[in-house]
Order: sequence, then structure tokens, then C-alpha cells
Amino acid sequence: MSAVSGALPGAISPGRPDPHRLGHGSGHGHGATGHGEGGPASKFVTVAYGFWIFLLSDIIMFSAFFAAYAVLAKEIAGGPAGRDLFELPRVAIQTGLLLTSSFTCGLGSLASHRRDMVWTQIWLLVTGILGAAFLILEVQEFAGMIEEGAGPSRSAFLSAFFALVGCHGLHVGMGLLWLGTMIAQLWVKGFRADILRRLQCFNLFWHALDIIWIAIFTLVYLLGASP
Amino acid sequence: MLGKLDWSAIPFDEPIPLIAALVVFLAAIGVLAWITVKGFWPYLWREWITSVDHKRIGVMYVLLAGLMLLRGFVDAIMMRTQQIAAVHGPGYLPPDHYDQIFSAHGTIMIFFGAMPFMIGLMNFVVPLQLGVRDVAFPTLNSVSFWLTASGALLVNISLVIGEFARTGWLPYAPLSELDYSPGVGVDYYLWAIQISGVGTLMTGVNLVATILKMRAPGMGYLRMPMFCWTSLAANLLIVAAFPILTATLAMLTLDRYLGFHFFTNGAGGNPMMFMNLIWAWGHPEVYILVLPAFGIFSEVFSTFSSKPLFGYRSMVAATLFICIVSFMVWLHHFFTMGAGADVNAAFGIATSIIAVGTGVKVYNWLFTMYGGRIRFDTPMLWAIGFITTFTIGGMTGVLLAVPPADFMLHNSMFLVAHFHNVIIAGVLFGAFAGFTYWFPKAFGFRLHEGWGKAAFWFTLLGFILVFLPLYIVGLQGMTRRLQHIEIDPWVPWLIVAACGILVMIVGAACQITQLVVSIRHRDELRDETGDPWDGRSLEWSTSSPPPSFNFARLPHVGGEEAYWTIKQRRIEMQDSGEEPAYEPIEMPKNSPTGFVAAFFATLVGFALIWHIWWLAIIGLVGAYATFVVFAWRDVADYEVSAEELERIERAGRAAWFKHREELA
Amino acid sequence: MRMVLGPCPAATGDYVITTIGTNMKRAGSSGLIILLLGTTELAGCAGGVLDPQGPVGAGNRTILLNSLAVMLVIVIPTIVAALWFAWWFRASNTRAKYDPAFTYSGRIELIVWSIPTLTILFLGGLIYYGSHQLDPRKPLSSTNSPIEVQVVALDWKWLFIYPDQQIASVNELVMPAGTPVRFRLTSASVMNTFFVPQLGSMIYAMNGMESELNLLADKPGVLYGQSAHYSGDGFSDMNFRVRIVPPEAFAQWTAGLRGGGQTLNAGAYRELARQSQDVAPFAFSHVQPGLFDAVVRQFLPPAPGPNEGRGGNPRVHPDPLGPATPADPNAIHERHGGG
Repeated sequence: MSAVSGALPGAISPGRPDPHRLGHGSGHGHGATGHGEGGPASKFVTVAYGFWIFLLSDIIMFSAFFAAYAVLAKEIAGGPAGRDLFELPRVAIQTGLLLTSSFTCGLGSLASHRRDMVWTQIWLLVTGILGAAFLILEVQEFAGMIEEGAGPSRSAFLSAFFALVGCHGLHVGMGLLWLGTMIAQLWVKGFRADILRRLQCFNLFWHALDIIWIAIFTLVYLLGASP
Repeated sequence: MLGKLDWSAIPFDEPIPLIAALVVFLAAIGVLAWITVKGFWPYLWREWITSVDHKRIGVMYVLLAGLMLLRGFVDAIMMRTQQIAAVHGPGYLPPDHYDQIFSAHGTIMIFFGAMPFMIGLMNFVVPLQLGVRDVAFPTLNSVSFWLTASGALLVNISLVIGEFARTGWLPYAPLSELDYSPGVGVDYYLWAIQISGVGTLMTGVNLVATILKMRAPGMGYLRMPMFCWTSLAANLLIVAAFPILTATLAMLTLDRYLGFHFFTNGAGGNPMMFMNLIWAWGHPEVYILVLPAFGIFSEVFSTFSSKPLFGYRSMVAATLFICIVSFMVWLHHFFTMGAGADVNAAFGIATSIIAVGTGVKVYNWLFTMYGGRIRFDTPMLWAIGFITTFTIGGMTGVLLAVPPADFMLHNSMFLVAHFHNVIIAGVLFGAFAGFTYWFPKAFGFRLHEGWGKAAFWFTLLGFILVFLPLYIVGLQGMTRRLQHIEIDPWVPWLIVAACGILVMIVGAACQITQLVVSIRHRDELRDETGDPWDGRSLEWSTSSPPPSFNFARLPHVGGEEAYWTIKQRRIEMQDSGEEPAYEPIEMPKNSPTGFVAAFFATLVGFALIWHIWWLAIIGLVGAYATFVVFAWRDVADYEVSAEELERIERAGRAAWFKHREELA
Repeated sequence: MRMVLGPCPAATGDYVITTIGTNMKRAGSSGLIILLLGTTELAGCAGGVLDPQGPVGAGNRTILLNSLAVMLVIVIPTIVAALWFAWWFRASNTRAKYDPAFTYSGRIELIVWSIPTLTILFLGGLIYYGSHQLDPRKPLSSTNSPIEVQVVALDWKWLFIYPDQQIASVNELVMPAGTPVRFRLTSASVMNTFFVPQLGSMIYAMNGMESELNLLADKPGVLYGQSAHYSGDGFSDMNFRVRIVPPEAFAQWTAGLRGGGQTLNAGAYRELARQSQDVAPFAFSHVQPGLFDAVVRQFLPPAPGPNEGRGGNPRVHPDPLGPATPADPNAIHERHGGG
């Protein structure tokens, strides 16, 4: 699996902390934090850090959708309100699925730390299946609402609801695509440093989606379903 | 098959856009043909298009920005001349065309002129100043650039195919909703800004990670050059503000494409929410543009006064102060909405508080000059031009922050004059100062001083001549975006403004001539030392142009002015120039990922604008495949051997010592 | 220059700079400001915001000039210092002392932070005072009892409804002099801003919402009013004549209109709300009661937009509710859509 990469000069091989070694020429900086004393931080730290910043920006984007939802939540334009539409049991199952998938995702990460290919793949697969189940439930819910005439063009409230929840769903969908790609790549290429970094980022991403879902669950569904 | 696209999309009935488009098209064909005939394609592909080198990407950003500034400038000329041609008459631009012109002018100048210029300079300079070899994510950097270029391309395609938005540079709902703007103009705006916005956001992430995690050994936060600080602040603002823009434009897109009701008049939609959201991004955006410019001026004032920056820590504090407060003032863009006295007063006061940060900066620049030995090279002229005119612009800005005054001046030509006064004097002068200042670093030769100074004086004079009259007509009650003029007392001032723009044209011509003359005489203007201005930060410690790896050995930073300290030590210690031992370096390999991804992004954008759904799907699949191919590659780096490093460095060091001896 | 601008109603050079609370004339220091405002003085002559014809505009102008004066006190010395420092410390000046070690001074930092802070503190007071004093919703005191005018921004003309007189006019606003006018504003379609520069304080007009503005014109005359917020292709002609007449003449005007002519009911409003450009002023002799409220509460649906545009004719019309066409075009109590 990794025989190909090992043979080439400059190849990405396991165990190298910083393949680009950007700024590592003088021997300083191995294990540096990037706080200025020891030179640039390692690639692993930089990538995780950059991804954190991206996640923060993503959360800000969600907060704009949340703000829009808060402004428009009462604007039902004579149409159905949240309590007429939301089915809490379904949402509870969705929440359970997503939280469990976050847990299995974490297990996959632990397995990858052990360089255990079989268990890493199993846990990633389980994560994917749980995520897909979540998404199927959400699509069902949306389809049901649209069929009842409570689609996004019915009222501003429903527009904001579909956009906010749908944006989260879109993230889950993109996450599944990413996950599938990574499962295949891991299988073909093995535990390469860059793939491990991406795995780490995926973990962060998946947990962030959980956090956003908790906010949606409480602010949209629980508050919306309460009379 | 082609969605809404048919022959009626081409403006055969409107000669002006058609001829303009034809000229641009022929020029583009000419350039492409020239490149083909000369056989430059392999070179361009290898060294530029697929380059992930932050310096190359920075140069391409600035080139893109320069072209777009010219396009936006042409729009400006048309607006100024239309208003004097259309006194009690139709002028030469019908409203539907004129409305596109001013919308495109604002959109292009902000998103594709000012932004890429600043991002380009940050890209080029920040890693050099930090003493490192590249940004944190080099390939992502290339993706960012090409996505920005893709957005710019879409805006310019709208010139020929279809139309651009007729809503102003911020598509206020409900005018931008499908009911009132049924054409594709707003869709062009939305997709162009979304695509380039993704690029900008990734640049923000990239540069924040670079500045916070990748600095030369010893460079603590309070040893970073001022430009790095303002870049950090600007990129933090990008990361925090651009997602709001993305979300807002996504909502408008949903309204237009899928019948949502975020900002519509009916079904509970709320157009006021659009204004709140767009300005929650829009005001920080102003500081995203102007903070890097402040950084450039800090470098220029310090270098050309031959003095360290005065009150460095105070400047850092002022920068962060501006960065934070800029999120708390958005409502001042619509005091006249009738929010009530308390809300207006709160936002008015918050707005004027920002001026404290800016005021501190201005005073610190003054005291940087105090006790200095000032050289009036072109960058310094731009900086002095900035500090005198920007102060006026800042003052009129605070005037507009006073709600009762704003009740009379909101949306007037006074407002137009104000924001041009701050953006031209702040951002554009800063961009030109930075361009002249770092040009020798990028290309190894200086720009011609005479033509540069001519460009400065003409631009400054033209700028004053254009915008002083606009302040006055604003006080006369003239509102912005008028396609024709019915009030006679405005006319003389508009004529003065039109004359002013003639002077600005001369300035722009000088600028272009300067570039041409400098390239032709590059051997006389050659700078062998890598340090033509007697600089103080690390970018001047390497050769010009810097090697792909920037520094053969990472510099060790021992104080606030990293390179100045090194220079002094070398002189005092009588550094013999003994060669250090080099270690091989690995650098990231070039990658066409950015270019290919942007190609597909353009396809997706164009397809969505014209409702060509199959093409959109192809584009999305293509973009995904591009990233998979990138993720699948086995070789990510190439190695620069120790011998090669030694060979490259030896020449540079020899030149440096020779220069030092000449000075001594 | 004066010739170009025509007769100038405002005498130049007699601005009184009023500071908060006190009404003191500062003839000496205002000289400088007059000098600086030299150009803007001319602006006032042209009927701009510096030549107000009512208390609101005058109040706006006072705040504007006071703020300007406060800031010029620090801005002018700053600019002068910038130019002086740059010139004096030029490299060729051997008399200037080169002091590269002068990079920090606690005392200067203190001054540097406190000058702008103090200015802004002062200005902040002005902002707070001005915002409350000149709140558009604040009724104006006058011996005459106020009249109400309802304003509807249409594409692309202005509709002024006089509810008490039950008349309406398009693109012409007639106001009795010396009488406070309470404007209630809304829009039939997109956003606009109602603005009469010489009366002061503009305000947004938005569909489905009502904003309020109180203005007063001092003396008879003809002023220029406009939309100050871009609203589409016909925006440049979206201006109106403001005729300020003595109260008796106002009464005559309303009485004269009521004699006969067109009626503005819901049907006529729908027709009027369609897009049209450069509309000459005209009037309605009768207005259906409650019309304005029907527009505000969207009982009368938002006006339609254009049907053209390059690449227009959207394939997907998103709004399944569509503009409702009621059985009785004059009924104004029918709910639009679901709303």
C-alpha cells in the first residue's frame, strides 16, 4: 500500500512530522508551538489549527442563519407553525443517530492512532451509515412537509427553517462524501501522514456538526414545538 | 438545453457595451495569440498558473487587481461623464445601462480591485516578513487566487452575455428580489461574489494560521512587523465577517431560485434583515481593506524616516481595538430607517469611537516622522498624501456618524465623496505605496521614480478635484446614483469633478507608463542588494527576487526590527561573510488544483446563472474530482539540495557585502 | 460663481455656531469656520441642506456645523503637523536633529490616546443630544395644530394622501407654512427615502412597514424633494415639487380639488402602482378611506415589478401565492396571500 510512496523522493510517508518542512531548515522548530520561540509549528499542528479557524467561520455562518431564523420564527404568514409540524420522536432519533456517529467517529480516530486499519475502517463505516440514516430521516421530514404544503415558500418562518436545518443537512451530506473518499483513500494508501491529518480534520468537522445540531435541536425543534 | 440562455442575451441593440466587450475580447485574443506565438504557455503553466509559491500568487493577485481597477475606473469615467452629459436630458447611457455601470463599479472596485490588491500584497509580504518559506497551506492559496479570478471573470462575462445587477453594489432587497429584478444581473452578482468569497475566506484562514503558527525562531508576537499585525487583524475580520456575507447572499439566492421568503415583501419576509446582515459584513469589510493599508503605511513611514515605528505597542493595541469595534457599528449605514433615538445614538457613538483607534495611528505616524531623516521616494509621497487627505475623509465619516447630520447627508454625494475619500486615500494610496515599495523585492529592479512621482501628483490632484465638488453637491442635496440631472446649481461642480477625472486619467496613464518604462530600463534600475530602501524587516534580508524557498537558513529574530538588528550586528561585528552550513529544504510541489477547480467553479457559476442545470452538475462533479485527484497524489514536495542552496546564496551574500562596503 | 448659482436666499457669513446648551455667539472663532465653509456656503445658496427652510433642517445643520467645528479643532493641526514634520525632517535639512531612538514616550502616548478620546467624548454628547432632539418621530411644537400626510413611494413617483381632506396628489407635495406636518410613510414595492433637503431629516419608506417623520416649513416657497435611495431604472425622475403655501391658500387648494375629478380607490391605486417614469404632477379629488393602512398592512399587495430584463422572464416563478387578483378590485380588506 505505502510501498509506492516510500520509493519516491519527497514522498509523503508515515512518520514524518512535517513533509513540507516549511521553515525547518535550521534545525529549530521540531515540536515548536509557533508561539515565536522555536520557529514554525509542525504541519500537523498548523493543519489542525487552520481547520479550527475554518470551523469557527462555519459556525459564524450558521449563526447568521440562526439569527435569520430568530427574526422570522414568528412570521408564519397564516400557515403552519412549528408545533403543527415538528415530530419530536423523529428528531430525537436523529439526535441519537448523530451523537452516536460522533462517538464512533472518535473510536475510529483512536483506532487510527493505533494504526489499526480494520477497526479504523469499521468505525468510519459505522459513522457514515449513522450519518446517512440521519440524513434520510431529515429528507423524509422535508419531503413530508413539502407534501403537506408546508414547503419553504409557504412562509418566512418555513424559509428560515428549511435554510437552517437544510444547511446543516448539506454539511452532513458533504461530510459523508468526504468520509467516503477518505475511507477509499485510507484503504489504498494506508496511514499516510497527510491522510491522518485529514482524518483529524474530519473528526473536528463531525463534532462541530454535532454542536450545531444540538443548537438546532433545542432552539428550533424543542422551542418551536412547545406551545 | 441552455436554460435561459439564447441570442437575446447578447446586447446587439446597445452599441456601448457591445463595442467595449468586442475591444476587450480582441485584446484578450491578441494577448493569448502573442503568448502562443512566443511559446510562453509551458513557462506560464509551470511557473505561474500551477505555482503554489506565495510570491507568485501574490504577484498574480496584484495583476488581477490592477486589471480590475482599470475596468472599474472606466466605469467611473462613464459615470462622471454621463452626469454632465445628462443635464435635462438623457445623456449617452440609458438608465438600465447606467445602473449596471455604477453597480459594477462598486462591486469590481471593492471585491476585485481593492481586495485582491491587499490580499496580493499580504500574500507576497507576510511570509517574507515572518521569515518563513511559504504560507501555511500553499495549494489552498492557489485555489483561493483562482477562485477570485473566477469571480472576476464572471462579472466581466456579464458585460457581453446578459446583464449585470442594476441594484447597486450591495443588492438591497426587495429590489434585488426576483419580482423587481427578473434578469440575470443579480444572479451574476450573487455567484461571482460567492465564488470569490470562498476564495477570500480560505485566504483568511490561510493567513491567520500562517501568522499565528509559522514564524521564524524568536519572532514573538510583539516582534512582528506592523504589517503582519494589521494583516492578522484584517484576516481575522475576513474569517469572522465573510461567513455572514456568504449566508446573506445564500438567503437571497434561495429567495430568487427556490422561492424562499427571507427578504421578500410578502409572506413575512423581512427586507430590513438584509440590510442588517449585509452591513454586519459590510462594515468590517471596510477595515479588512484599510487595515492592511495602515500596515503598509506603517512600514513606509518607518523605513523612509529611517526610524523605527513610533509607539509600536500602541499601534498594535489600536489595530486590535479597530478590529473589535468594527463589528459593533453596522447600523450607522441606515440611521434613516427610523430605529429610534436611543439605538441611533448608541451606534453613532460606537462609530465615532472607532475614530479613536485611527486617530492614535495617525499621531503615531506623525511621531515616526518626528526626529527622522525623511527620504521622499514615491512610497513616502503616497504615505504623506494619505495622511493629509485621509484625515479629511475620516472627519467627514465621523460627521456622517452623527445621526442628525446623517439625516441630511445619507445616500447623498457627500457620502459618496466620503467613502471615496477614505477608500482612495486609504486603500488605493496604500496599495500604490506598497506596490512601489515591494516591487523591487518581487522583481529585482526598482520602478522609475520620475514617472512614479508624476503618477502620485496627478492622482492626488485629480482625486481632490473629483471629490471636493462631490462633497459640495452633496451639501446641495444631490443624491447618489442619478442617471440624469435636473437641478442647475449642481452642474458646475459636476463639471469640475469630470475635469478631475481627466487628471486622474493622466495619473493612471503615468502609472502604466512607469511600469513599461521600468521594465524596459530594468538593467539600469536593477537592485543587486535585495535591500534598496535600507529596510528594517526580514523581507529585505533575502535577495531580490527571493529564491522559491525565501531563506536558505531561517533567520533568528532578536528584536522588534528583525533585519535592522541583523544588519547592525553584521556591521558592528565586522561579519566576515563566512558561509554557514546549509541543510536541504523541501518545498511544496506545484499543483494545477487551483486552476482546474476554478475552471469548474466558473462553469458551475455560469450554469446556475443561466439555469443550465446539467452543466452545473458536471461542474460540481468536476470540482470534486479535482480535489480527489489532489488528495490522491503521492509526491507533495521537491527537495532543494544543500549544494544548490550554497550556490544561490553565495551570489546574494557577495552582492550584499559589496553594497555594505560601498556604503561604509 | 454667484452668477452661476443664481439668487442666493441665505446671507453668507452670519452662521451662528451654537454649542450644546448655551447659545453663545463666537464671532471670532467662527471666522475660521466660515473661511473653511466658504465653498459650502455657496452650496447653501443652491437650496441645499445648509440653507434650511424649517426648524428640523436648521437643527440638523446646527448639529452638523458643531460637529464639524469640534473636529476641525484637531484635524487642522494634525494636517499642518503632518506636512510640517515631513518637510522639516527631510533628509537634506541639516538643521533638523536626527533622533532614531525617539520611538516611545509614555507622555506622548497618553496625549495620543486622550486627544481623540476627549474629542469623541465631546462629540458623543452631541450625538446623544442630537439623536434625541431631532428624532424624526418627535412631534414639533407650534401654535398651529399639525396636519397629517400619508406618503406612498411608488415605482417611480410619490403619492401624497391627505387623510383629513380626503384628497391626494402625485409628485407634488403641498404644505401649509408654519404648520407642523406629520408624515406617515410606506412604500408600494421597493425601498425609497423621502427627502426634502431644505426641510431636513430624510427617512426610509418600506413596504409592509410604516415610518414616521415630522417636518415644518417656515415660510411659503417652492422646494425640491426627491427619493434619496436608489430604487430602480426610473429612480432619477423620482423627485417632487414641494409647494409651501400660506395656510389660507392650502385650504383653498384642498377645497378646489374636492370639486371633482379622479378618485383614488384600491382599483385606481393598483393601476397607479404599476411602474412608470417621469410622471407629471396631478391630483385626486377623492381618496378611499383606509387606503394607506391597507398598503401598510399589505391588504393591498406589493406592486408588481418589471417584466423585462436581459435573461429575464424567469422560468421558475418562485411565489406560488402570486399577486392576488380579487373579485372586487376596490376591496381593500382582503388578505394578500397567507399573510
